[in-house]
Order: sequence, then structure tokens, then C-alpha cells
Amino acid sequence: MKATILVRPKAGILDPQGRAVESSLRQLGFPVGEARVGRVIDLDVEATSADEARGEIVRMCERLLANPMIESFEIEVDG
Amino acid sequence: MSEVVPRIAVLVFPGSNDDRDAAWALSALGADPTFVWHAEDELPQVEAVVLPGGFSYGDYLRCGAIARFSPAMQALNAFASEGGLVLGICNGFQILCEAGLLPGVLRPNASLEFVCADVPVLVERADTAFTSRCEVGQELVIPVKHGEGCYHAPADLDDDQVVFRYARDANPNGSERDIAGVLSRDGNVLGLMPHPEHAVDPLLGSGDGALVLASLVDAARERLYARA
Repeated sequence: MKATILVRPKAGILDPQGRAVESSLRQLGFPVGEARVGRVIDLDVEATSADEARGEIVRMCERLLANPMIESFEIEVDG
Repeated sequence: MSEVVPRIAVLVFPGSNDDRDAAWALSALGADPTFVWHAEDELPQVEAVVLPGGFSYGDYLRCGAIARFSPAMQALNAFASEGGLVLGICNGFQILCEAGLLPGVLRPNASLEFVCADVPVLVERADTAFTSRCEVGQELVIPVKHGEGCYHAPADLDDDQVVFRYARDANPNGSERDIAGVLSRDGNVLGLMPHPEHAVDPLLGSGDGALVLASLVDAARERLYARA
């Protein structure tokens, strides 16, 4: 089963990468507001249902893929 | 009477690169350093453990995030929970934060630039196993070299846990409250971004880091005496 995990810096956490992207976009003439940069993890999971996969991925996020102090995550399971 | 020489383990992860400097400095200051590879699931009989700087596991995902699950770290968790002395330098500090042995987390520098410089660091506490040779308010010049040293403190971080701060206007990475080094609540685990092992000889710029490492060697020697 294919899944996509989005890991984002939480609101209020300094995101210097986002700031650099934001100022670059402005320099290029794009009138953007705040930019935040996170990360995408595409994953193949062995599971019999989307719910089972989701539960497993939540555990992965809590243990390794995200640091709950500074990052939030969203999970999309395909099929 | 010959001086008792305490053994201190230096953990080595794939990507550690300050392990040899740490061992050299510990040896010069009267300890017997021994390297422990990350795949070992036991620590030898030691009085303290140092987690050196570097880029363990390529800093993939987040600095220290993967190293914390290595077998040697499970042994280190047990060692620390029994009150064992643990010092994490730079990447070692990042690993200890990810492992939950120290509060907070280290984020990319606010400037987004890798910083490599000698920085003035103020000693906030001299009553720890890592700073007994220092004085409160003393300014130490110790080099930093990191891309991700911006300390984010948890809301409940006690001010008593802050052992080192960057001197006024000398914060190299945007760390909250100018924090450069943090102590565990139990007082046996310390992490700091500056590299004391690179500052043990005035010939190389500064000898101030020796005060930190020699304090640790003193504390390790006391533990060896207590056990004997």
C-alpha cells in the first residue's frame, strides 16, 4: 500500500529555510507571503487496510519520522 | 602515589569525525579513552561516556534522529538512567536531545549558514560534574562548527539546567536565550554545541575547553575511587 507523509515545522517554530525561500521568491518578483518548508516521505507499507497502514505510520512518525516538539505530520494512504 | 586513570568511552557512529580529537584530549587530561562502535550493544566498564561531534548517519532526516536508535545508544540509555556521566558535544548534543536524555532540540542555524568560529561562552554553573574547574561568570573561548545549533528550548526548561550561554552579542546560531549547553535534571548528562576538545592547548588558539574536559575527568576519577 502506498502512503505519503507530510512533515511540517509547527507554527511558531523558526523555519530559516522557509524564510530563505520566501525572500528568494520576493526577489524574483513573486509577491508571496510566508513560506514554510517541510518534507515529504513516500512509503510502501504492508497492511491489509488503509486504517491499519495509517495506524502503523502514526507510530513511525512518533518514533522516528517527525520530532513532535517541533514538527507536525499528515498522512495520506492510497487505496 | 600514581594517579588513578579513569576509563572514558567515546562512542563512534558512522559519520562521527571528532572522536579522535575527543580521545586525544581526554588522554592528555589524564583519562584512558576507549572507542565504542555504534553497533556494540554493551558498554565496557567506564566511568563516563562522551558522544563526539560529526555527522552521524549523514545527519539524514534530522541530526541525531537515526543515531539514537543504534545499539550502543540503548546501552547508553541504561548507563545514563543509572546516573552515569554522559557528555555530548555538538552532534553528540543533537543525539542526546533526539534520544530524550536532554530537553529541547537543535534546529538549523537562524542564518542558514554553517558557522565555524571561536566564540565566547559564559559559565552559568560551576557546581556540575562538567564545570567544577570553572567559575560562575567565567568566559571561555571555545570553537563552534555546525550548521544546526539553534537550540529550541521546551517551555518548561528550568534555568538551572542552562550550564553554558553564548556571551552577549556572540550568539552564533540564533539559540533561544543564548543557550550553548544544557544539563539533565539529574545533573549527569550535559550537551553543548561548542567543542571543548578542540580547545585544550593555547598553541591552537585556546586552552579553555580543557577546563570542561578536565572537570569531567576529575568526576570520573572520583567515581572510580568510590567504586574501588
